[in-house]
Amino acid sequence: MRQIAIYGKGGIGKSTTTQNTVVALAEMGRKVTIVGCDPKADSTRLILHSKAQTTVMDLARERGTVEDLELDEVLVEGYLGVRCAESGGPEPGVGCAGRGVITAINFLEENGAYTEDTDYVFYDVLGDVVCGGFAMPIRENKAKEIYIVTSGEMMAMYAANNISKGILKYAQTGTVRLGGLICNSRQTDKENELIEALAKSLNTQMIHFMPRDNEVQRAELRKQTVIEYNSTHPQADEYRELAKKIENNKMMTIPTPLAMEDLEALLMEYGIMEM
Amino acid sequence: MSTRETIDFRKQVVEEVLEVYPEKAKKNRRQHIAVKDSECSSCAVKSNAKTVPGIMTARGCAYAGAKGVVWGPVKDVVHISHGPVGCGYYSWANRRNLAEGEIGVDNFVPFLFTSDFQESDIIYGGDKKLEIIVDEVIDLFPNAKGISVLSECPVGLIGDDIESVARRMSEKIERPVIPVRCEGFRGISQSLGHHIANDAIRDHLIGKGPAREVGPYDIGIIGDYNIGGDAWASKKILEEMGLNVVNIWTGDSTLEMLQNGHLVKLNLIHCFRSMNYMAKYMEETYGTPWIEFNFFGPTKIKESILKIAAQFDESIMEKALKVIEKYEPLMQKVIDTYRPRLEGKSVMLYVGGLRPRHIVGAYEDLGMEVIGTGYEFAHNEDYEKTIPALNEGTLIYDDVTALELEEFVKKLKPDLVGSGIKEKYVFEKMGLPFRQMHSWDYSGPYHGYEGFPIFARDMDMAVNSPTWKSIKAPWTK
Repeated sequence: MRQIAIYGKGGIGKSTTTQNTVVALAEMGRKVTIVGCDPKADSTRLILHSKAQTTVMDLARERGTVEDLELDEVLVEGYLGVRCAESGGPEPGVGCAGRGVITAINFLEENGAYTEDTDYVFYDVLGDVVCGGFAMPIRENKAKEIYIVTSGEMMAMYAANNISKGILKYAQTGTVRLGGLICNSRQTDKENELIEALAKSLNTQMIHFMPRDNEVQRAELRKQTVIEYNSTHPQADEYRELAKKIENNKMMTIPTPLAMEDLEALLMEYGIMEM
Repeated sequence: MSTRETIDFRKQVVEEVLEVYPEKAKKNRRQHIAVKDSECSSCAVKSNAKTVPGIMTARGCAYAGAKGVVWGPVKDVVHISHGPVGCGYYSWANRRNLAEGEIGVDNFVPFLFTSDFQESDIIYGGDKKLEIIVDEVIDLFPNAKGISVLSECPVGLIGDDIESVARRMSEKIERPVIPVRCEGFRGISQSLGHHIANDAIRDHLIGKGPAREVGPYDIGIIGDYNIGGDAWASKKILEEMGLNVVNIWTGDSTLEMLQNGHLVKLNLIHCFRSMNYMAKYMEETYGTPWIEFNFFGPTKIKESILKIAAQFDESIMEKALKVIEKYEPLMQKVIDTYRPRLEGKSVMLYVGGLRPRHIVGAYEDLGMEVIGTGYEFAHNEDYEKTIPALNEGTLIYDDVTALELEEFVKKLKPDLVGSGIKEKYVFEKMGLPFRQMHSWDYSGPYHGYEGFPIFARDMDMAVNSPTWKSIKAPWTK
């Protein structure tokens, strides 16, 4: 079983990329589980065709304690047998969402959510590694493999670099490694080259360049992945390719995060930032 | 040993004991320990600093200072320990702040209220639960005059807005709901908790009560928590002097006493460390003067009575002299009984707030000598007041570690050790007489003329108990 965590700046397309890629893996016959680690609980809607599933924390809140839950109440099978769970958590501005992630992941583990026939577990993690709770998926004995979704936009690259710092901390004390950057294209100038260069500086690879295509949005409006909505569309093949690359990926590295000046120098080199 | 020899010996002891520490810890701890030596001009004690990690400290936290010390004794207010159950449970009923009143009607001191945080309260926040608890408290105890909300660590970590809950619920239940931001991780000891608790009184209560006429002899006692009835013993003397004790903060106190603390002619401050903030505030804001006093042992009581009486007119001084005249012979009897049994015995103390200095005189009245003393959480001004009250050669230790105190005791060989529950059995197992000087070892009061005979009896009972002759470890026989 491979446990994979997907990080990246908020709004970059982590959930969309994860679900589309997971469906491609399922199409290849793999048994996959998605664990959404975000109080917004929007990591599984394209698989389950519903707004949002019942989350571990919401149900725990209703029942009083997480011990009163049954696994099948929060772990639901969707399209192509992909199993889905959402940690859930508080509305913005109250409580501690990080603790919710920790509690939910512990519950899933302790209650046998990761069955022996599971090939992949994907953790789709909220925007940035803001506190210990959101680093939960990459702690000891959990995800050993991380992909960062980014784009050629400056803030997305800043975020990718910051996330690398978080990975570095856990890589030094554990076995977690960076598997690569996924460039979810925003059609910025020289985007492909820029992310290739960023990946190189971070001691990793750009595992795939995902072109921008409105078919993704059309599928999303129908609460579906591209493979389900329009299986023969070229964009569906892009996700199939990313799935294959992840399946065959052997390049697992300890990242070398950049200093701010170096990151800015990189942006200047590719003409994004003026002197 | 001459005084010089004693000083040199004790300085040597300090060096020997510190020897076990790594260099950095040794350097740090050395600044917190001194031997009183008038020839040494730089023998100050560093205090109110972060404890060295890894050593065993007896200190508490901000919550302990706010809930355990300042707020807990306020009897007609329900105190909610807001957070997981442990902080509330383990601070429940273990301080002997006595209060008069009908339990559950106008006295909630023996109770514990906790919001008993569960995982979901951390994740979703505890504000809604707090609202429900406030409602439930008023349903169950409609006579409660107010509610204090004492924050435990997680409440601060997750950023609950207890201030806004308090404001809303205060309007709803039409009485004060006081948020106290005393999360345990704040500050370096319980001392910050006292300050935070004082600030909450300042912000939410003082001057906000039903005003009252201030009589010419109205006074308040600040910083007496009525341990074993201490405040009552102090009050008795003051009333016999013709003064009218209208407020006690916070032993056996009411919410109204906190609201009206400034409406007196004079505030007498007992525990300076835990309540000087409010004493100073009332002076600055309302012009209410304050003075320190000490009612431990007849010598200090007499001094204090005269000092207090001097603040009032002749009629009070007349009565004050009569009080002294009335009680001195009784105290002399106590001294005549116990002094021969205790003369020349030595004591080492390690306690909190004010006792490491205030109680020295009471021991001296019994012919005993304090040879070592220190505070858990004092500030510089406390040590400045302490050092002059001590004999040459007295060992002074701030935030003393378990190891240091044990070793100092082994080497200085006092006849009595006075400290807290954590130390009690350590020293008793070493075969040393011990008295708990936080709780008076379930005895008391020790304040005032009423307290001194009890104090003398208790010290004699400890020092001269035949038990100590009978206990010897098998391997030392």
